[in-house]
Amino acid sequence: MGVVLETVELTKYFGVVKAADGISVRVEEGELVGIIGPNGSGKTTFLNLITGYVRPARGSIWYRGKDITGLSPRVVTRMGIARSFQIPQLYGGLTVLENMLVALAIRAGRSGEFWRPLQEDARLEEAMQTLSEFGLEGAAAQGVSSLAEGERKLLDVALSFALKPRLLLLDEPTSGVSVKDKFEVMDRLVRVLKSSGVTTVFVEHDLDVVMRYAERVLVFQEGRVIADGPPGIVLSDAEVKSAIVGTG
Amino acid sequence: MQWAIVLLLAIVAPLLPGWTVFLLSVALAKALVVLGIGLLMRGGLVSFGHGMYYAAGAYGVAFAMKLMGIREALVLAVLGLVAGGLLASVLGMLLARYRGLFFAMLNLALSMMVYGALLKFYWVTGGTDGMAVRQATFGGFVPPAGLLRVAYFYLSLGVVAIVVSMAHRLVRSPMGYLLRALRDNEVRVNYMGGWVEQTIYRVYVLSGGLAGLGGSLVVLNVGHAVPDFAYWSQSGEFVFVALFGGYGHVLGPLSGSILFEFVRSYAYKVSPYTWQLLLGAMLALVILFLPEGLWSLVERRMARRDRWGWSWRPSS
Amino acid sequence: MTQLALIAVGGLFSASWLFLVSLGLTLIYGVLRVLNVAHGSLYALGAYLGSSMVLVALEKGHGVPVSYLILLGAALLVGLSVGPFLERVFLRRIYQKEEVLVLLLTFAIFLMLEDVMKLVWGVQPYVVNAPYVALGVVKVGGVRQPAYPFLLTGIAVTMGGLVWAGMARTRFGKLVTSVIEDREISAALGVNVPRIFTGAFTVGAVLAALGGAFTAPMISVVPGVAVEVIVLGFAVVAIGGLGSIEGAALGSLLVGFLRSASVHLFPELDLVAIYLVMALVLLFRPQGLFGRAEMRRV
Repeated sequence: MGVVLETVELTKYFGVVKAADGISVRVEEGELVGIIGPNGSGKTTFLNLITGYVRPARGSIWYRGKDITGLSPRVVTRMGIARSFQIPQLYGGLTVLENMLVALAIRAGRSGEFWRPLQEDARLEEAMQTLSEFGLEGAAAQGVSSLAEGERKLLDVALSFALKPRLLLLDEPTSGVSVKDKFEVMDRLVRVLKSSGVTTVFVEHDLDVVMRYAERVLVFQEGRVIADGPPGIVLSDAEVKSAIVGTG
Repeated sequence: MQWAIVLLLAIVAPLLPGWTVFLLSVALAKALVVLGIGLLMRGGLVSFGHGMYYAAGAYGVAFAMKLMGIREALVLAVLGLVAGGLLASVLGMLLARYRGLFFAMLNLALSMMVYGALLKFYWVTGGTDGMAVRQATFGGFVPPAGLLRVAYFYLSLGVVAIVVSMAHRLVRSPMGYLLRALRDNEVRVNYMGGWVEQTIYRVYVLSGGLAGLGGSLVVLNVGHAVPDFAYWSQSGEFVFVALFGGYGHVLGPLSGSILFEFVRSYAYKVSPYTWQLLLGAMLALVILFLPEGLWSLVERRMARRDRWGWSWRPSS
Repeated sequence: MTQLALIAVGGLFSASWLFLVSLGLTLIYGVLRVLNVAHGSLYALGAYLGSSMVLVALEKGHGVPVSYLILLGAALLVGLSVGPFLERVFLRRIYQKEEVLVLLLTFAIFLMLEDVMKLVWGVQPYVVNAPYVALGVVKVGGVRQPAYPFLLTGIAVTMGGLVWAGMARTRFGKLVTSVIEDREISAALGVNVPRIFTGAFTVGAVLAALGGAFTAPMISVVPGVAVEVIVLGFAVVAIGGLGSIEGAALGSLLVGFLRSASVHLFPELDLVAIYLVMALVLLFRPQGLFGRAEMRRV
């Protein structure tokens, strides 16, 4: 089992706010790690730093042994790290299916093609298959703007998953999903992720979800990791409990 | 469908009066420029400076005739394409980094500099008088005076037919969809590992080439290249027509351009002091109520999402 | 030495005119995020109405001094009527759309107004220079200069001062500032944002019309004066930074002196020089020299 992701003393300031305060974390291949913490504790910033959306003030980020500090999201994604967003980032003018097809075309490095149609049998098949893994095949022909919030979330995750990354970063994958659907969605998601062996790190507010699915939990507070371990142990720790009161 | 229209036009042309054929030729040629603008619009970019590529094509033809003695129509058309594309490939390296208003204004500024240069270097470009363009030959053959208009028309028609069918493919291709995607969400394209700037650059160069091609065809018809080809109002006109016709479907620019040319020439004859009023009103109405252009009305009748979920409507 | 003085004075006048013309343009952009092509039309309307009203007044036997008041009145009339009309009827509907689309709408308005002016005032030039001639000449640095441009400079500076002070001191100005800062929060705090928009647009319109009305005695008013305003005004505002008063001032000075210099030294370069500067500024600092800066004093 190799180390897929390692951050070393990752630090980032927004003005005087320390969004990341010397974060040093190591994630092994195949792990399913949850990140929890109060609002503003730096969880999303952590994802932004890893994927190159913002540059750290100090520290470094290593992906499978390579230094990726400061590389742009485009490069980082091509190297094998994909990410989903708190607010789903979709292509609003296209249908669900078209969104997926674009992702697949980009992944294949064929987005520059201008003579063949986007719809190609092989690509279509894979697109529909991936969509059905996420329960979205019925909405394939729908415009993205007409989807329910939970479906938009799922699509966002599905698009990132379709890139066949080695490391998948999910930012609140179940937020916006109705309470009764959350477990169903996560069940499906985790099943897909586990069977494909993708290393997954997900930020989550819902402690029940984290408790049930995460194999390891990182607790963030004010830009620092204050706890790191199996959910059963971490979530019953007094200090952690007081830190995350009000979360979820 | 487009081939039916092409065939119809091809058959009908020799029967129409000379000035109608002329107008159609010019409209078709300009439609090429509008097509290029439309492609950029699909990517969320509006250029107020494509007159400079249009002028590049026109003056390119004038120079080729004057300095190199080239008279072959098709060769000249290709030269126009190259001239526009070359200029766009140089300027595009700067411009592809910008978006929105700044992209629009920077294009404007550069095109006005080209206009100024065309005026200023009058000993080369003829200044306000411009440069004359003589009759072209078709396969070495000089058409008799009566058939010249029709010959130019067929040239325009042929070129447009080829370009439109290629554009049709482009629009349905991965690149075509990527263009729409980056208009919708550039960040997401980056987060998929897609090339944003490379795509914009390529489409920009293509649109420059199309503008040059249009310019060369127009100048063959009109016989005269003038600095006004690069003026901002000419660039603005291309943008208007793109809006009118709609840029969601490749036939939008075509229908928009033809409609525009004919309405303009009638309106001008009827009352020259109200053409701009009419134009402004039409533009305002389209922007306020039909931002996807007139062709979207046709599309709405044809619109359906087929089994695989193809959206016919562009993002608005 | 005299040529330098000529260029300097010419530059100052040019800069004043440009400032008057671009102040409203940049204000409207700062508040509404609209690049208003019809600004030139408002200028032209001020020029046409001002000229024709002064003409009528002079024919009726009124003295020249009244003509200045008339010009002011014409400007106010245009700004206070056409301004709100354009904003409420056209612009209000599409604020949420892309900036370029809004720009195109203002262009459509410009086209319509061009013909409206032709229909109302015809295409013959209006030359009403009595107010200009009446001020005579002054001696500046040993050279005789017409005095009227100094009036224009005075108006430009006064307007700049008024807007600047208005932003900082008046209630309306403070509301405008808050809307510039953050539209949504202002609305959430109860600011009547649509009213502020109309108000700001009207102020901009009045400024444009003022520029036109008081420039009219210096020129012959013909169809097409609007175009010059748009072309130069945009260059100034782009250089100075959309939405910034200081930027408009600096841009005006820059372009004004550049124009003056090129008129005296290299006439053909006029337009090219200005657009070259604009292109250079946009390339290295796309937001302009003071771009996206607050409209109030830092």
